[in-house]
Amino acid sequence: MAQVEVIRSTAVSRAALWVGLVLIVVAAGLPFWAPEGSGSSWMREFVEIACYLIFAMMWNLLAGYGGMVSIGQQAFFGFGGYVMLMLGNFAGVNPFVAVPLGALAAALIAVPVSFVAFRLQGGYFAIGTWVIADVFRLSFANMSVVGGGSGTSLTALRGIEKATRENLTFWIALACVVAAITLIYLFLRSKRGLALLAIRDNEVAAESQGIAVAGMKLAVYVVAAFGAGLAGALYFVGNLRISPDAAFSVNWTAFAIFMVVIGGIGRIEGPIVGALIFWALNKCFSSYGTWYLMGLGLLAIVVTIFFKQGLWGWAQRRFGLSLFPTQRTLRL
Amino acid sequence: MLETLLQGMLLGGLYCLFALGQSLMFGVMRLTNTAQGDFIMLGAFAAIAGMNALAALGWSHGSAPFVVMLALLPLAFGFGYALQRWVLNGTLGRDPLPSLVVTFGLSIVIQNLLLELFSADPRSIETSGLNTASVALPAGLAIGVLPLAIFALALLATGALQWLFNGTRLGRAFRAVSDDKEIAELMGLNSNTVYALATAIAFVLIALAGVLQGMRTTVSPADGPLLLLFAFEAVIIGGMGSFWGTLIGALLLGITQQIGFRLDPGWGIWVGHIVFLIVLVLRPQGLFPKTRG
Repeated sequence: MAQVEVIRSTAVSRAALWVGLVLIVVAAGLPFWAPEGSGSSWMREFVEIACYLIFAMMWNLLAGYGGMVSIGQQAFFGFGGYVMLMLGNFAGVNPFVAVPLGALAAALIAVPVSFVAFRLQGGYFAIGTWVIADVFRLSFANMSVVGGGSGTSLTALRGIEKATRENLTFWIALACVVAAITLIYLFLRSKRGLALLAIRDNEVAAESQGIAVAGMKLAVYVVAAFGAGLAGALYFVGNLRISPDAAFSVNWTAFAIFMVVIGGIGRIEGPIVGALIFWALNKCFSSYGTWYLMGLGLLAIVVTIFFKQGLWGWAQRRFGLSLFPTQRTLRL
Repeated sequence: MLETLLQGMLLGGLYCLFALGQSLMFGVMRLTNTAQGDFIMLGAFAAIAGMNALAALGWSHGSAPFVVMLALLPLAFGFGYALQRWVLNGTLGRDPLPSLVVTFGLSIVIQNLLLELFSADPRSIETSGLNTASVALPAGLAIGVLPLAIFALALLATGALQWLFNGTRLGRAFRAVSDDKEIAELMGLNSNTVYALATAIAFVLIALAGVLQGMRTTVSPADGPLLLLFAFEAVIIGGMGSFWGTLIGALLLGITQQIGFRLDPGWGIWVGHIVFLIVLVLRPQGLFPKTRG
């Protein structure tokens, strides 16, 4: 019998792991080594991009691995934010503790929502989820207890000193990003991750191999909602002000789609690369306003038509790079 | 109550025109055009620009909006044909993602282009009083002439599309590529051209809907997404592939929204969404389905 060795990592991926660990430690120390005056704005910027990144990673999990292209993930983003705010303002929960609770609430509500959303498939699912997100927006816009259409402020954080608040928000955001990447990576490397890839490639064939497709899709939908809710709760802890139009804006999903498509859909590196590009473009061109947004839209169209695999997909094919290998290579 | 129902039906007529193009594109090539609402806005603003151009030439007769509309329809036909032939055909396939991302990207481009050209201010198409004229009905009711005309156009457009689909060679080609693209191509149809013609016709309806929306009320560049949701709801409630179904779906949506608005102005659209979701749960194939997803 031939000896078979299963290879699950490469030299690059092992190096990436160490570089990643060093980066995390350096980033975690930011409040201590950042130059006086700019640390605060750097941290705020990091928190914002972290929210985009987490949200985009969850969209990638849903669309790129689960095959469910949704334009309604902002429903869970806003819901997580509102639950966090209400727990903080009305129930006296520490808003930082309320962040994971908001995410949990988003995951819980995703179960009944999935019952409705899963009636539709493909493109219909995409717009159907958008309708559901609009139901969320209108529901909160009509709730006077949270300020109705004009929104309200997170008052629960008033007693906390500004520097402490900013540092805590930053560390929690960093922890959430690291946790999201790690958990998605470990999940995709597991047996269940393999099942998910099989479903993505061919649902019928996967079902015939004994994979519980319906249960798996529901699980992915709920996890993606949890992540979107986490991003939302985190964003509004950093932002201190929430309104239905900001919380349930379709732009959240639009930017997530942009990041995932540019970076490369269906690979963990995709949204990370996409978020970095988005951040850089935002820094350089966002002052151009409408022209900048038109450019983003056009870029997404061009990449979708001509570079279906995105930037990282291209790099992977060209150089065989993989920072987060999920495949199993057999060596005889 | 009677008045609410009547107003809801007239509103539904407009929604039907929003939705017919979507219904056609769903039916023929299973294409979800997420920029549907933004294209409707593009039509409305193109008409506004055309009116401005006519006014600049010193021609501001009461028939100006209709002249602009008639000029716009063939343009929309050509635009739709070209868009499908050279952009959207390349995105069709088993994976819904490419077509969704491309139309979603178009939606963002159109919204921001209109914002840049026309600013965020709401505008409307000047109809020299047509939008406020009304006819008196018995029982003290009065209905607007323009909404009534829109409703008649919606009936006409639905009937015409249904006839095109069931009674003409082109309609047979539409049904053939919809049922089985490969076999239809073996029979000598060029599916790329058939798809392009379907989108061209859909865009004529989109332009018509845009001009009428601009006449009836004010339009602003950010209105598109909500119109897309209404159009989508009408199509799904009515059932895939049936234009009369789309009309019924649009009327149902218009009436429920109007009842909702009557109960509380803040909840009108919400009530419409909820009725859509209820239909989805109870009858996911819609009320009068013809083609299968």
